[in-house]
Amino acid sequence: MQLLNTILIGITAGSIYSLMAIAFVLVWRSTRVVNFAQAGMALLSTYIGYEAVTRFGSFWIALPVAMLGGALFAALVEVILMRLLVKHASTGPIAAVAPIIATLGLLGLIRSVIAMIWGGQDLRILPPVSNMGFTLNGETLVFSPLKLLILIITLVLMALLSLLFQRTNLGLSLRASAYAPEISRLSGVHVDLIRTLGWALAGAAGAVAGIFQTVNGNGNFSPDSIEFALLLVSGFIAAVIGGLDSLLGAVIGGMFLGIVIAFVLIYVNTSLFFIVPFIILLIVLFIRPQGIIGARAGRRA
Amino acid sequence: MSTNTSALRVEEVSISFGGLRALSNVYLEIAKNEVVGLIGPNGAGKTTLFNALCGLVKPDTGSFFLEGEKRDFPRTDNLVDLNIARTLQGVGLFPELTVLENVMVGAQHLAQTGLISAALGRNTKDENRIRDRARVALDRVYAGTLANRRANTLSYPDTKRVAIARALVSEPKILMLDEPAGGLGTHDIEWLNSLIHNLSSQMSVLLVEHHMDVVMNVCSKLYVLNFGEVIASGSAESVRRDPAVIAAYLGTGA
Repeated sequence: MQLLNTILIGITAGSIYSLMAIAFVLVWRSTRVVNFAQAGMALLSTYIGYEAVTRFGSFWIALPVAMLGGALFAALVEVILMRLLVKHASTGPIAAVAPIIATLGLLGLIRSVIAMIWGGQDLRILPPVSNMGFTLNGETLVFSPLKLLILIITLVLMALLSLLFQRTNLGLSLRASAYAPEISRLSGVHVDLIRTLGWALAGAAGAVAGIFQTVNGNGNFSPDSIEFALLLVSGFIAAVIGGLDSLLGAVIGGMFLGIVIAFVLIYVNTSLFFIVPFIILLIVLFIRPQGIIGARAGRRA
Repeated sequence: MSTNTSALRVEEVSISFGGLRALSNVYLEIAKNEVVGLIGPNGAGKTTLFNALCGLVKPDTGSFFLEGEKRDFPRTDNLVDLNIARTLQGVGLFPELTVLENVMVGAQHLAQTGLISAALGRNTKDENRIRDRARVALDRVYAGTLANRRANTLSYPDTKRVAIARALVSEPKILMLDEPAGGLGTHDIEWLNSLIHNLSSQMSVLLVEHHMDVVMNVCSKLYVLNFGEVIASGSAESVRRDPAVIAAYLGTGA
């Protein structure tokens, strides 16, 4: 029973990490930037979701509103900040560092602005369904209707994203631009637009990750939420495990990370919560720096 | 040549790379349905001129005319809208996409749905039209049977066919081929010759080529570049006998 519990908890947490990892991968593929502001964007989207919940009283309106808000904000960041950066800091050593520093700065900026608008206190989003565990043979599981819902929605979103990439022209443009932007441009692909779209999709995925991370925890969030720090770290590590270039890799990396963390927490020690992801990251970088999927196969997915 | 039959013309194109003069005062004109060859020893500036014509390099000076109308030099992202397509010397296929997908990338401008609606729902009509066009383009280069192969599993001559198909799928009025015969055997070169002959009934073709058999066979006009300048132009026969051309080739040992 404890084994089943552990796996189910791991998969649920893992699905949230996967969404965050997908956000990292989408941005990396479209602009070759590791976007550390992704956690800030997810946090902002969660606040947008909170506003929608208070106004419309429904989680089911809040989720798409947060996704839309996250997508628009990410698109704005790409158009305003990233394009400017590429234009003005495109040569020399600064070209490699500038975007990363910029996203770190943006992370701080977003949190400050949030604190100015909403204040630093805890706010709360209530889950749409119960987080009380299912009962099986008289025993209460940790796995709950909420966790099941999170799992289902995450899987559906991933399936939609996969359809978009594999079965549509837009997906083809997204894949082609990720390989070779210059050749894609010559072939008539509107690479700049495609890049913005990559960021927007990442913003939407991050929004879902942020809201699920919040309701899967205790429902509370603030500009300094530890949950979002964890989301940033786990999402990034899951993306690296998956090879940073592969959407499938991001999902595998997230699930793997979620399950391993769950096992360590339940069977070893809960105090290892923040250490485990880093140990896994180091092991992966030592053994298989190209990630589990590997860069070559990765970009197919 | 009167302007109403001119497909593309450039005048006084000069390009320097940090003090090094790559092109100086180059002119070039391609008439509609004409096959024009651009030849010259290595480093003469052929590829630089090609790159300027498709927006990869910005000329320092020069004028660009499309169908007699003066315009800015193209940018890479509006090349397709100007009905110009080019192949790359290094072929430049997306290695892990299928052959059909590679060709479909060249037809993305045909998608009429906006980004948002395309993202929200599959637009099957667009998809099918682009897919069909890609198949037709593949058939034109006799590569229809390769459609579902991954590009990185193709033989070198086949990658060249697919690269040409990707350029053709946009239905260009001007097709630019960068060393299409490079690395091809006799059999494939015969095929290439007849393909270019056929294409010239529908479009103008500009090619950079070292392979003299191909050049002499398909081109009705040649421009010879040496050290960034046009040293001769005219029919293949007249260029072949031009003393300046002979000197340029012998002088550089090519």
